[in-house]
Amino acid sequence: MNDENKLKDTEDQKIDDALESSRRDFLKKVGLVGAASVAGAAAVYSGYQFEKKKHSRGTVRVLTDDNRLVEVPVEEVKDIKRELKVLQTQGREGIKGKKWVMVIDLSRCRNARKCVNACQAAHHLRPYEYHINTLEMQESVNTPKFYMPKPCQHCDNPPCVSVCPVDATFKRQDGIVLIDNERCIGCRFCMAACPYSARMFHWQEPMNAEADKEKAYNIELNVPQKKGTISKCLFSADRVRENSLPYCVSACPNGVFYFGDENENAVTNGTTKETVSLNELLEDNGAYRLMEELGTKPRVYYLPPKNRIFEFREGEKKEYREETT
Amino acid sequence: MARSIYNTDIHREKLESVSSDILRNVRINKGFIIWMGILALALAACVFAYTIQLKKGLGVTGLRDATSWGMYIATFVFFVATSLVGMLISSVLGLAGVKWIRPIARIAEIIAVAFAAIAGLVIVSDMGRPDRLPYVFMFGRFQSPILWDVTVVTTYFFVSLMLWFIPLIPDLAIAKTRLNGRPGFLIKAYELLSVNWINHDRQVKIMHQAMRILLILIVPLAFAIHTVTSWLFALTPRAGWDSTIFGPYFISGAFVSGTAAVIIAMYFYRENYRLSRYLTNDHFEKIGRVLALVSIIYIYFNINEFLVPAYKLKTHDAIHLRELLTGHHAMLFWSVQLLGLVIPVILLLIKRMRRPLPLLLISAVVLTASWFKRYIIVVPPQEHPYLPVQNVPIEWMVYKPTVIETAVTFGSLILVLMIITVLSKLFPVLPVWELAEEEASAKGEENKQ
Repeated sequence: MNDENKLKDTEDQKIDDALESSRRDFLKKVGLVGAASVAGAAAVYSGYQFEKKKHSRGTVRVLTDDNRLVEVPVEEVKDIKRELKVLQTQGREGIKGKKWVMVIDLSRCRNARKCVNACQAAHHLRPYEYHINTLEMQESVNTPKFYMPKPCQHCDNPPCVSVCPVDATFKRQDGIVLIDNERCIGCRFCMAACPYSARMFHWQEPMNAEADKEKAYNIELNVPQKKGTISKCLFSADRVRENSLPYCVSACPNGVFYFGDENENAVTNGTTKETVSLNELLEDNGAYRLMEELGTKPRVYYLPPKNRIFEFREGEKKEYREETT
Repeated sequence: MARSIYNTDIHREKLESVSSDILRNVRINKGFIIWMGILALALAACVFAYTIQLKKGLGVTGLRDATSWGMYIATFVFFVATSLVGMLISSVLGLAGVKWIRPIARIAEIIAVAFAAIAGLVIVSDMGRPDRLPYVFMFGRFQSPILWDVTVVTTYFFVSLMLWFIPLIPDLAIAKTRLNGRPGFLIKAYELLSVNWINHDRQVKIMHQAMRILLILIVPLAFAIHTVTSWLFALTPRAGWDSTIFGPYFISGAFVSGTAAVIIAMYFYRENYRLSRYLTNDHFEKIGRVLALVSIIYIYFNINEFLVPAYKLKTHDAIHLRELLTGHHAMLFWSVQLLGLVIPVILLLIKRMRRPLPLLLISAVVLTASWFKRYIIVVPPQEHPYLPVQNVPIEWMVYKPTVIETAVTFGSLILVLMIITVLSKLFPVLPVWELAEEEASAKGEENKQ
């Protein structure tokens, strides 16, 4: 390397230094202006807040979710959507100390289908999509025909839960079998496994999909329903959480359904609202469960269709048409 | 020992002639491009059908609440079944020391790899929410047979891929200097995939060891994948599926469809690739016997599967059997059982029928019937559940496949054909080094005498 080059290098260095220092100055100035404007804005904002407080409409007492009573300004009370997370957690846990059970008295069913309609309205289902369906049954040629409401049996040994690959369908501590349509992958193995054909699948966009879009998903109601996932009877888990009877049970005009807690040995008739002893009801009427031989241990009991209060009448065959979206 | 393979003149001479015969077909020619183009176009149509299904939901298929598994699941079972032949040929026959399978083993592995690779995709096409596929790994519960299936099908695919690839390595090394005029990327790929194979004694030893381990490993694995697949049905309490022999019933059936697929591929390569020197009449004669044997075993399991419940006629078994034997599935049932199983066995007992062309025709019928057999296994048991199907639209009572799901199903078949095409057009379909060695040692024996 020769001297000439060295000289040139130092020249370049000098120019660079000069440029650098002017750049620093510039940044300093910008920083100052920036800081001043932030401070100004903050002052204006706090003044505005102070003015706003002067017109306060007072405070209100609110109970927080950890059970403290607190006072907050009225303006700061906001309606919030119940969070998905809360709904999911309580929905998966179930209600402690309970063992829900249903008793269906076949001697009273005359296929009014009010249970079906109430259920479909609550869960946003089409007329041919069922959580509960009333079936026309005949056990053998010489035995009489009868109508049988068929909800999910909420088995204590549920084949659907065993086969589910992703824990989308599960058994809660209170005996209810639920389906989480935020989790379901739509493989339909549970449908294949269920001997009671209790499950349905959303083959197309659900009926109220558009209207329900904004709602937070309630696992205990299974609304909003979702395309490509399973849906099923939930024993109206949302209603029992509020100490009410399931939709189908309270909709029945004929006193077919009893619902209650096995631990308390008490079930309530949805029509008469009369509460009776579960043991006595089952014992006095020769109760049975569906397909006992499969070992599924259902939580739904049936009372046989003897001494019927209605004649069996062939229901007029309604035609169901598939809606296409 | 192994290093000396190509040292004698006979060896070198044989290697030259065998490799030129087999490598002649490794090229990207017009036929390949046109064929892949046709497949790609057809696939595009099928993918379009699938996008409709994605958008509108599974309602575009004939599936409904009663029959919620149909064509897709039947195809999945069929693919898994057909892929099992890799294990049958390479392991069961190979480990027993059967020599004539040498030129067929790689063909069997190509079939295994292609069908196993796409089987998983078929399941995805049946899912209501394919976007949630990762949930199977994130939230998987091990008591669900689906988890077992995912695990074993994936493992089986990779082991089959290794069984195809490892014996290919020496061939790649042989071929990389003999690929004049092929595209550069192919030569580069051969260079890379031949992993510095120089046919050293130790390399050969390692290869033999690795193959031995994999060939033993794949036996329980293959039994597992198809047994688990059968359990998707047998573990549910439905008449028609609720059977204790479903595992062996499925596996014996798998060997039938797989062997038929291998025969079809053998015939195609023999004629199109002019390989009749290696895939001789004798090979067809022998694999024809294998097809007869596995079909007879399958008939035996069929007798068990139908005769036992038919004798007792339990209520729901009776309904199911009546539908199959005399009801609205009867036509399909008897066609499958007679045309796809009984008549082929009778024909295969005649020596003339084990020649390449008749054997090809028999295999084509057997393979087609195999698919319908899966349909018969999957669909009818769902149409008569324990409780009656009532108060639903008429189209919900009986399953009728739609055009869209047929197209999607064809799409999966096209993907299988594409994999088979790529594997058999870009790589040698027969083992060059093994055949050269075989011919050389045969010649050596001759000279000694």
